[in-house]
Amino acid sequence: MKHFKKGFATLLVAASLCAQGAFAQGTLRVGMTAADIPLTTGQTDQGGEGMRFMGYTVYDSLIEWDLTSADQPSVLIPGLATEWSVDEADKTKWTFTLREGVTYHDGSTFTAADVVWNFDKLLDETSEQYDSRQAAQGKSRIPAVASYTAIDDYTLEIVTKTPDATLPYQLAWILMSSPAQFEAVGKNWEAFAASPSGTGPWKLDTFVPRERAELVPNTDYWDETRIPKLDKMVLIPLPEPNARAAALLSGQVDWIEAPAPDTIPAMTANGFVISSNAYPHNWTWHLSRLEGSPWNDIRVRQAANLAIDRDGMSALLGGLMVPAKGFLPPSSQWFGNPTFDVRYDPDAAKELLAEAGYSVENPLQVKALISPSGSGQMLPLPMNEYIQQNLAEVGIEVEFIVVEWNQMINLWRAGAEDPSVDGAMSINFTYFIQDPFTGLIRHLSCDLIAPNGTNWGHYCDPEMQALFDQIKTTFDAEEQDAVMRQTHEKYVDEALFLMVTHDVAPRALASTVKGFVQAQNWYQNFSSITME
Amino acid sequence: MFRYFIRRVILMLPVAFGVSVICFLLVQIAPGDPLTAIMPVDATADEQAAMRAIYGLDKPLPVQYAIWIGNLFQGDMGNSIATGRPVAGEVFGAVQNSLLLAFSAAVIAFPIGIFLGFLAGYFRDTLLDRTVTAISIAGVSVPNYWLGIVLVIIFSVNLGWLPSMGAGPGGSQDWAWDWLHMRHLVLPAVTLAVVPIGIVARTVRALAGDLLTQDFVMALYAKGMSRGDVLRHVARNAAATALSVMGLQLGYLLGGSILIETVFNWPGSGFLLSNAIFQRDLPLLQGTILVLALFFVAMNLIVDVAQAAIDPRIKRS
Repeated sequence: MKHFKKGFATLLVAASLCAQGAFAQGTLRVGMTAADIPLTTGQTDQGGEGMRFMGYTVYDSLIEWDLTSADQPSVLIPGLATEWSVDEADKTKWTFTLREGVTYHDGSTFTAADVVWNFDKLLDETSEQYDSRQAAQGKSRIPAVASYTAIDDYTLEIVTKTPDATLPYQLAWILMSSPAQFEAVGKNWEAFAASPSGTGPWKLDTFVPRERAELVPNTDYWDETRIPKLDKMVLIPLPEPNARAAALLSGQVDWIEAPAPDTIPAMTANGFVISSNAYPHNWTWHLSRLEGSPWNDIRVRQAANLAIDRDGMSALLGGLMVPAKGFLPPSSQWFGNPTFDVRYDPDAAKELLAEAGYSVENPLQVKALISPSGSGQMLPLPMNEYIQQNLAEVGIEVEFIVVEWNQMINLWRAGAEDPSVDGAMSINFTYFIQDPFTGLIRHLSCDLIAPNGTNWGHYCDPEMQALFDQIKTTFDAEEQDAVMRQTHEKYVDEALFLMVTHDVAPRALASTVKGFVQAQNWYQNFSSITME
Repeated sequence: MFRYFIRRVILMLPVAFGVSVICFLLVQIAPGDPLTAIMPVDATADEQAAMRAIYGLDKPLPVQYAIWIGNLFQGDMGNSIATGRPVAGEVFGAVQNSLLLAFSAAVIAFPIGIFLGFLAGYFRDTLLDRTVTAISIAGVSVPNYWLGIVLVIIFSVNLGWLPSMGAGPGGSQDWAWDWLHMRHLVLPAVTLAVVPIGIVARTVRALAGDLLTQDFVMALYAKGMSRGDVLRHVARNAAATALSVMGLQLGYLLGGSILIETVFNWPGSGFLLSNAIFQRDLPLLQGTILVLALFFVAMNLIVDVAQAAIDPRIKRS
């Protein structure tokens, strides 16, 4: 595949391309990486891309991400809820004031009863609107929720299982489908999928499974600043990177997600714009902390982090990465001030390894799980080979266990102790790190050790656990941010992961696409876009 | 002839059963988990177990097979795990698109292959023969996905004459036999036709060359028959084998176009199969493989019957 892509890039350059412009003023045609149109019923599938194109476009959540700035990290803002607070006496009880005057695309009015209906859709298997496909996507996003009640039309109460200050972040996942539309289509989610109704800034107009979806503006949207300026946005699944590039270069689409790095020179040479920005994404090696793992030695962990030439890797990726300075991107509001400087310093790495008893002549031998491809994995094979070379230069000899992506996910879920990982001491995985839980807690929490959770390496440290507890029980947002920073500092200072790089979510745009602001987020706002 | 047909249909039944068992077991052997496609990667073990039960994936394999085959007999191929949509609709929609592509490629490939093969066979060991042989070998040897990419660069990206992807401006549902839609078919069909052109040309060349040296040809000439009439006899003698090769090629065109459909984003069965493999979408995978395999079996039947009709010696054997 690597040669295939390189050959394609060479041919592209050699062919001296001439792209055509968009065929319709006001229509944006997007080539997605997904193989299918994301689930249209509310809770989307297809990962971050699904939420980006079919989630926050057609639907809203109670609390949303601010997607207006390219310079600042995204923060939570009011969505369908205008205010929320936790009870001073009982920290499990939350009250949400809902936005009035919001209507679904079918014309029905949004109320607190609808929120209850939507929670039941995901959590109550006895309810008529329970949808296993949406539940599969949404239930695990709201682990804190114990119960929910509509106090009146515009007041909602949610009770959590234990005090949990991360609830607002959890609620940003949950999208509101229209109960009236569900009723109108015969209480059938398959029928709802064909003509969905949410409260979002876009309406789904046409939907051909696996081929295209056409969205048109919701001119009655409650937030006037987010009423789309385009006439139409067409979503086209184009999972093969070269097919995406060809579609853009031949003028069949105006925008592609994740162009292959080796096609970018040809695109920029022909007037296409590459948009990118830091966002909460992390490409890392999750280390095993089982007894006997060499990664239990902080000197080895720090040495490995100092051995990686991230600038060299950046050249490999055409500059489309942010070199890691920690587990979170340097621009994150939760980065803090770690004392361990993640940098390229092979001499310091060798010294640390020598202290630990290893050298180039007497190398440490480790097994590492990697995959040849995978969602968000960037270019895993060349990147891992690059790391293998870097580590060998300081005295760490890496043997790869290469498995296909779907199987890799299973091995990640199974954890480092499972026999299926074949003694691997690390796993190369990319992480969505957008909120406190996905960003920090889930990777190292003692109660989430695999297979019960996603703590692959079986790490458990009382001090870290206390910090996680503090994050969950700090209800003041600024104070919570401070605890997050403290937690991240511990992540970095103790070099708990091999911190390599962050993706920059590259997308290639025709020069006719104007007004797009790439937020530091997995999701984006398409309402400001116009076609020239 | 009718008895021959019935006998072949009856023989198809155990083959179809074997195909169903193999395609069910094959997809189970592959590592991976279909739930990966429908659940967030960090879903807990309990949530996964609950979802596994909902989809019946927690049952023993023989039970899963019995349920699947039982539903199949009732015309229900189940629902795709990844999309929730009925497998039958997904598969037959995709197969329809693949048939369109496969027949278009066959319409291009078979006449050209036959013509070139006959030409080479008739003028054996001449420059023309060597040229045709070189073209045939090139057709068989060139990776067609590479050729597809080159054609896209030339005709879509550089010249802007033809689209590089999709099955029409509004998707395959709006397919119409007009230039606006058919232009989407040109590049994938031409790319797909290259391999069968080579195979058919080589087969026909060998057949024609062999037949033209046989005694009955000399006898026909000796009887004073014209060259055209002799060639007609040769063609009829070659037809049975050539038909068999073309029938198999049509089967390959339908089921073996995964790479071409991926390069051109053509919404056919190959594209569907490729996505189902990556998503471990077992019902969709089983359904697609089964339909393609049965199509292949049916193609064999049609070819056998057609062969028997053309050449009575086959029926007698």
